Amino acid sequence: MPSLPDMTTPQVAELARQQAQAHPAHPTVPQPDEGQEALFETLLRIGDSALVLGHRVSEWCGHSPALEEDIALANVALDLIGQTQLWLGLAGEVEGQGRTADDLAYLRDAWDFRNLLICERPNGDFGHTLMRQFLFDAWHHEMLKGLAASSDPRLAEIAAKAGKEVAYHLERSSDLVVRLGDGTGESHRRMQQALDALWPYAGEMFLGDDKDAQMAARGIAPDPASLRAGWDATLRHVLTEATLQIPEGDFSHKGGRQGIHTEQLGYILAEMQFLQRAYPGASW
Amino acid sequence: MYAQLVKSEGTKAREEMTPEEIAFQERIDRGEKIEPKEWMPEGYRKTLVRQIGQHAHSEIVGQLPEGNWITRAPTLERKAILLAKVQDEAGHGLYLYSAAETLGVSRDELMKLLHAGKMKYSSIFNYPTLTWADMGAVGWLVDGAAIMNQVPLQRTSYGPYSRAMIRICKEESFHQRQGYAVMMKLAQGTPAQKRMAQDALNRFWYPSLMMFGPSDKDSVHSAQSMAWKIKINTNDELRQKFVDQTVPQAEYLGLTVPDPDLKWNEEKGGYDFSEPDWSEFFDVIAGNGPCNKDRLGARVKAWEDGAWFRDGLMAHAEKAAARRAQAAE
Repeated sequence: MPSLPDMTTPQVAELARQQAQAHPAHPTVPQPDEGQEALFETLLRIGDSALVLGHRVSEWCGHSPALEEDIALANVALDLIGQTQLWLGLAGEVEGQGRTADDLAYLRDAWDFRNLLICERPNGDFGHTLMRQFLFDAWHHEMLKGLAASSDPRLAEIAAKAGKEVAYHLERSSDLVVRLGDGTGESHRRMQQALDALWPYAGEMFLGDDKDAQMAARGIAPDPASLRAGWDATLRHVLTEATLQIPEGDFSHKGGRQGIHTEQLGYILAEMQFLQRAYPGASW
Repeated sequence: MYAQLVKSEGTKAREEMTPEEIAFQERIDRGEKIEPKEWMPEGYRKTLVRQIGQHAHSEIVGQLPEGNWITRAPTLERKAILLAKVQDEAGHGLYLYSAAETLGVSRDELMKLLHAGKMKYSSIFNYPTLTWADMGAVGWLVDGAAIMNQVPLQRTSYGPYSRAMIRICKEESFHQRQGYAVMMKLAQGTPAQKRMAQDALNRFWYPSLMMFGPSDKDSVHSAQSMAWKIKINTNDELRQKFVDQTVPQAEYLGLTVPDPDLKWNEEKGGYDFSEPDWSEFFDVIAGNGPCNKDRLGARVKAWEDGAWFRDGLMAHAEKAAARRAQAAE
């Protein structure tokens, strides 16, 4: 491997200065509106979570433990994909670069995705899939309640529609968590294992950053931390009935909402984006 | 056709029939529907269980070749449509298992027979889906061939089967249209997309013709099933109808049916066409198709991996019932 030429820091700084002089920023191009940028980011965060979880759930199609589950999981995946179209469609509009929902779903690389890490966790056994869904649904339900009260009517409208679907998702996943937690010894053990394994991915749902703070200040989206109380209440209620133990640790993996993902996301995208990447510009 | 080579009990001459059997046959001849609790010959019941069971199995195994492309669908809309379509197939499986249950056989029993290789599903689902165009070809050709068989079965003599077919046919015709829409988009697309569409037609043409089962002269079980109106048309009649309907659709797409001997026969008012390679058909039926092991393996795995889930739900239901009983005391 050839070695890179030595460069000192002052040399680099000088090069950067020369570059800036040679290509001054065009004076008529407006600087991106910070508020719009935060809104775009917020829409990606909710839209990408729906997209990636919808993808994971759809992997079960034809492979679940009972025909009724194949049908129910397909419903959940369909709802999430439908929500993705709305959230990413609006994100493209807000961005104003002419990108469609499909462009955003199929032509971004992993570091541009803003989904929660829990959404990209592998399906594991059916218990993991159900527990992931329950933890997410309980958050999603609270999040959409908050977004339905958004000061931006475009968000409020999508959230109201999605909220109805997600109320059903939560009802279904809660019901199954209870039945399996309080089922056989084996089903109880598997559900507890799933809860323990996914717990370190739950905390990320409530961690805000400065973009969230901007959105909350303008009444556009709820402050993530504010969703915790409702989520905790749902968890206590359901997991108690399920005879499952809420894990004690409060460690949380994070980074998905800032574009730092697990290794899993790259594989999801390689699969999801294959046709768009292999046949650029084709229409399907 | 999702039921192939369904073995039926041997035909009886009228003079060999009991008075009950004669009365039963007369009801069928008058076009009456037979309902679950009514008397029926054991052979009729057994043949129906085989046929409806095989049809139900085809629906659920049939989820797999299309499910194979859900995570790779090229747009969000295509992904949603494909997912909805595969979900419909699972729904069809449910209606059909329910229809079979009215004949005294449970879904679990039928599944066990499928998993043990003692019941079959349609040969077509043992072919692989290799490109996105296969989603078009499966919808257009496979669902098209299924509809060809299922439309007449709406008039079949057994009430629950007939009613299941009426619901299923409505959804299948939507499926066929979505398959054709996928093909149209490809046929009008880039040269690579058009090539993909032609390749899918090349691979799925003959397996689709096989879906109707062997030629009438080799089809040993048809006579009794037709007398009972469990089967309405012969294999060759349906195959001819399918070819006559499909060739102009291929021409409209600008695709070529992979049969150099295909030509319009003015006299019979239909196309002359080449027979599929029946030795391939019998290989696939015998378990040696490209995907038999994978398809059945996937179903068995889903069933076995899901045992704890089903057991857990049953155990919870029993606990809940016991608690309710205790509370009532």
